[in-house]
Amino acid sequence: MNSEPLWEIFIRSKQGLDHKHVGSLHAADAKMAIENARDVYTRRMEGVSIWVVESKYIHSTNPDESESLFDPANDKVYRHPTFYELPDEVKYM
Amino acid sequence: MNEKELQHFEDKITQEIRIEPKDWMPDDYRKMLIRQISQHAHSEIVGMLPEANWITRAPSLKRKAILLAKVQDEAGHGLYLYCAAETLNISREEMTDQLLSGQAKYSSIFNYPTLSWADMGAIGWLVDGAAIMNQVPLCRASYGPYARAMIRICKEESFHQRQGYEILLTLCRGSKEQKAMAQDALNRWWWPSLMMFGPNDDASPHSAQSMKWKIKRFSNDELRQKFVDVCKDQADILGIEIPDPDLKWNEERRHYDFGEINWEEFWSVIKGNGPCNKERLDARIKAHENGEWVREAALAHAEKRKRVAKEIINNK
Repeated sequence: MNSEPLWEIFIRSKQGLDHKHVGSLHAADAKMAIENARDVYTRRMEGVSIWVVESKYIHSTNPDESESLFDPANDKVYRHPTFYELPDEVKYM
Repeated sequence: MNEKELQHFEDKITQEIRIEPKDWMPDDYRKMLIRQISQHAHSEIVGMLPEANWITRAPSLKRKAILLAKVQDEAGHGLYLYCAAETLNISREEMTDQLLSGQAKYSSIFNYPTLSWADMGAIGWLVDGAAIMNQVPLCRASYGPYARAMIRICKEESFHQRQGYEILLTLCRGSKEQKAMAQDALNRWWWPSLMMFGPNDDASPHSAQSMKWKIKRFSNDELRQKFVDVCKDQADILGIEIPDPDLKWNEERRHYDFGEINWEEFWSVIKGNGPCNKERLDARIKAHENGEWVREAALAHAEKRKRVAKEIINNK
């Protein structure tokens, strides 16, 4: 059966904040996806702006590759400010 | 089965690390989630029907607006849950088919009729109250998309329970007849609400595994006891009586004792013999069939717009 594609919904909860993924829904086209998202995800003033993206256009990392992708950051603690020990007398830093 | 993957999965469960859609998971975990989430979604959708019955007959415009908002929330909750289930590789069509063919279950509470306006109060207070009791621990379920859907649902559900209790409070403070209506609604909804927590622990085949996988956090009987304990005081404030002669405080257990549930009725309603099973399913089938042309038209319109857009680009 020919069915309505799946869309991922992103909502900006207020001006100044990022759009954040909130869930998904089915709709025939982008306009309908936005209208449905308004009804499904913003019934209580949860948003001031909506993005919709057809799910098939989202590419993601594979959990099997997590180690090779993300573990290299583990041993680079020198990227964090707390790595550097400074005397207490040093102020404003 | 890959031992290493299973070990990794179980470690994550133990460490309270959520399982996400693309992570490896045992087939039975996936199946259990699909069954539970889709049943829950169906319950939200079928659950709109008993209340929809009273939208046109709500006693005031305020009550009507509230009831409409509540029923709309339930449609939304159904959609959050269907989407969560879809991340487990079952399609929306499959789930809809399972509901309409009678293969899938939904909460049997919705197979009882709503006979008076007071039932809107009893449903909000007791049915949504029992649902909240069940659902709050599910916000910590081990499967990420399910837990996230439950967080959204629980945030919205609280209004449902409070508006129901307020309906009963208004009736109980009204005329003698109105208070009698509230009592009658409590009489009819009390036992079915207790049944919402499912069979006793020793008769609940999936419970142990579900708790091991941290989908469920508390057993059916634990949650039912908690529900009875909070409802007694709430009924006292309304000034109406819970229809259970065995209900009394047990100082030793620090809980209320309560009477035996009619399990024969419970299983009979699950098997399809409740007062409204057929009516509910017929209404869903009719809605689905009557919506067929709308779905077709929406897709045809989307196709046409795509075609027109392409032609414009080609002609430039």
